[in-house]
Amino acid sequence: MEFFVISLLNGVSYGLLLFMLSSGLTLIFSMMGVLNFAHAAFYMLGAYIAYSLGLKLGFFPALFLAPLVVGVLGAMVERYGLRTVHRYGHVAELLFTFGLAYLVEEIVKVIWGLTAVPYRVPAVLDGPLFTVYSTEFPKLRGFMMLVALLMLLAVYLLIKRTRIGLVIQAALTHPHMAEALGHNVPRVFMLVFGGGTALAGLAGVIGGVAFVTDPSMAPSLGPIIFVVAVVGGMGSLAGAFLASLLIGIIQSFAIGLNWSLSGFLSVLGIAVNAHTPLYSVWKMQLSEVAPMLPYLLLVLMLIFRPKGLLGTRAD
Amino acid sequence: MAGIPSKLRYRPLNLARWLIWGLTALVMAVLPQIFTQGFAITLMSQMGVAIVFALSYNMLLGQSGMLSFGHAVYSGLGAYVAVHVLNLAGSGQIWMPVSLLPLVGGLGGAFFGVLFGYVTTKRAGTTFAMITLGIGVLVATCATMFRDFFGGEGGISTDRVIGKPFLGITYGPGVQVYYLIAIWCLVSMALMYAWSHTPLGRIANAVRDNPERAEFIGYNTQRVRWFTLIISAFFAGIAGGLSTINFEIVTAENVGALHSAYVLIATFIGGVGFFFGPIIGAIVFTFFVVALSGYTNAWQFYLGLFFVLMVMYAPGGIASLVMMQVQLIARKRFKRIAPHYLAAGASSLVLLAALILTVEMTYQLSENSANGTLINLFGVHFDAAKALPWAVAIGLWIIGAVFFHLARKRVARVWGEIQTELLQARA
Repeated sequence: MEFFVISLLNGVSYGLLLFMLSSGLTLIFSMMGVLNFAHAAFYMLGAYIAYSLGLKLGFFPALFLAPLVVGVLGAMVERYGLRTVHRYGHVAELLFTFGLAYLVEEIVKVIWGLTAVPYRVPAVLDGPLFTVYSTEFPKLRGFMMLVALLMLLAVYLLIKRTRIGLVIQAALTHPHMAEALGHNVPRVFMLVFGGGTALAGLAGVIGGVAFVTDPSMAPSLGPIIFVVAVVGGMGSLAGAFLASLLIGIIQSFAIGLNWSLSGFLSVLGIAVNAHTPLYSVWKMQLSEVAPMLPYLLLVLMLIFRPKGLLGTRAD
Repeated sequence: MAGIPSKLRYRPLNLARWLIWGLTALVMAVLPQIFTQGFAITLMSQMGVAIVFALSYNMLLGQSGMLSFGHAVYSGLGAYVAVHVLNLAGSGQIWMPVSLLPLVGGLGGAFFGVLFGYVTTKRAGTTFAMITLGIGVLVATCATMFRDFFGGEGGISTDRVIGKPFLGITYGPGVQVYYLIAIWCLVSMALMYAWSHTPLGRIANAVRDNPERAEFIGYNTQRVRWFTLIISAFFAGIAGGLSTINFEIVTAENVGALHSAYVLIATFIGGVGFFFGPIIGAIVFTFFVVALSGYTNAWQFYLGLFFVLMVMYAPGGIASLVMMQVQLIARKRFKRIAPHYLAAGASSLVLLAALILTVEMTYQLSENSANGTLINLFGVHFDAAKALPWAVAIGLWIIGAVFFHLARKRVARVWGEIQTELLQARA
């Protein structure tokens, strides 16, 4: 029971962090048809910029400022980079963001160095929030969930309840009509791109303190948020939410379990020992294969349900 | 035209084609006689491997419109199969000449192409790109887990000198390995060129340009993509087998994401629109990496910046830039634009100097700061923490930017004038 509750809480908080990233990715994709390969790079920039700002201003001002800086950078990338390659088609856009992801990683290495920076949890958020049986649940994890939920609510209200949200929705489905009615659709695109990257930056500020701030944080998280986007269904926000939680929970449970295929086979009465062919596969424990699970899920999803959990189109 | 019997069809010997292939073979044969240093031989061997790999990648990206982020999976797994077979042959358990080892790598690559390709090619476009990324990470994660096959951190090493010498060939000296790679490279190049003219190659182009129409005329686009991927994986596997012989070690890096990124960057820089583009790309990229990584630790930054600039301003790669000039030279207009090219080139050199100065100083202050802030750039010693070099950098940026802007405008204007003239001449 204790294991279950803690794993569930960890899984949900990790899933919410994933959703902070995948929501921006999904918004940008459904609006512009651009898969932002550099999304995780903005996540990393958020962490590094918050670290540098935090040294001077403290953690909480940086929490607000860093996403703003990242959002402005993102908007500039859209305005001066993506818009230039837009005329060459989607493959060129994908290549551009791929190159950008590579470039940002190198810029981070040039400016902040190759090793991790000491980005620490502020004293207010250090320590346990509550205790389940004998395991402590850290305050930071709770804060992570709180920020993610607040952000979710803010984005929801922005899109559903404000005028700019209305224009975004219109530009999402009928870009030409919205343009004909006098709305500056390219500027809306720029705002959405900037907003999406700002969300990634916000996730980075929190992810940076919760995990580790080093140049490998983008390439290690990047593929997972693509898995989320595909499993949830390309362009579906609700799907991205479900898939984020699913992957977060699967991973946090898998890390804690030492089940293996050989154990399963021995329950069935088949003994496996070191002389059995492919022994290294049978003895592999679930906790060891945990990093692989999202990608296995991706492959299975594509075989059995190519449009994703809540997606509407299959290509 | 219907009355003309088919045996009268006029089909001249394609002299230019024979000439180009013959010259390529000649250059490949002669090069190691000119550059005899060990360093040069190794570099050229690496280039040969990279050419096969990049061409196999362009089968997907250029010819069939499939952007893959996980092509190293096929070359890497091919290399692993090859290294295991070579080790078995070395211990005498099976008979296998080293010269044919790349074929083993190719078959290994093709096997995994059949397996993974079935899943990845179910979709096209952006989703295909993401699935290849997923498969790439999946295989790379496997490589750290299954030590028996992948050899864990240290990888699997081997010895290419096995059995008795055949006609004096042992593959001990680097030159012999170079010639083996050169022969395989030439054969693979010819085969891949021939493939682009087969019905499958042609329909792959159709699937790239308009999948809907290709389906309407009765082709299963998914199967076309799958078959193309299998053949591409075969040639990637050959490249993997060649690298096994060249380096005598295969590690998890061979299947990693960085390796996939490199082949994409090399192919794109060369140009995906022409068959010879990836060849240029592989040569330039390998030279770039080997030459630059010796000078600066920030070489990957320069590489990434170069790639992004290419995507933005020259999406056809070096090959398309070359072909544009060839057109001008053929129409005798090159002389008119050349001075403006020179001006643009000179001002971009100033910008490059500004960039190098800025990056190297930043790098010195952050990563290398333990070694002090003194820096040695092209033989000039200075202190990166002082204001003067930064002022110089800013000055160079401004001067370079102004002149580059002017020169670029002029190149664009003259280019436009020439194009209009050519159009009018045609009309």
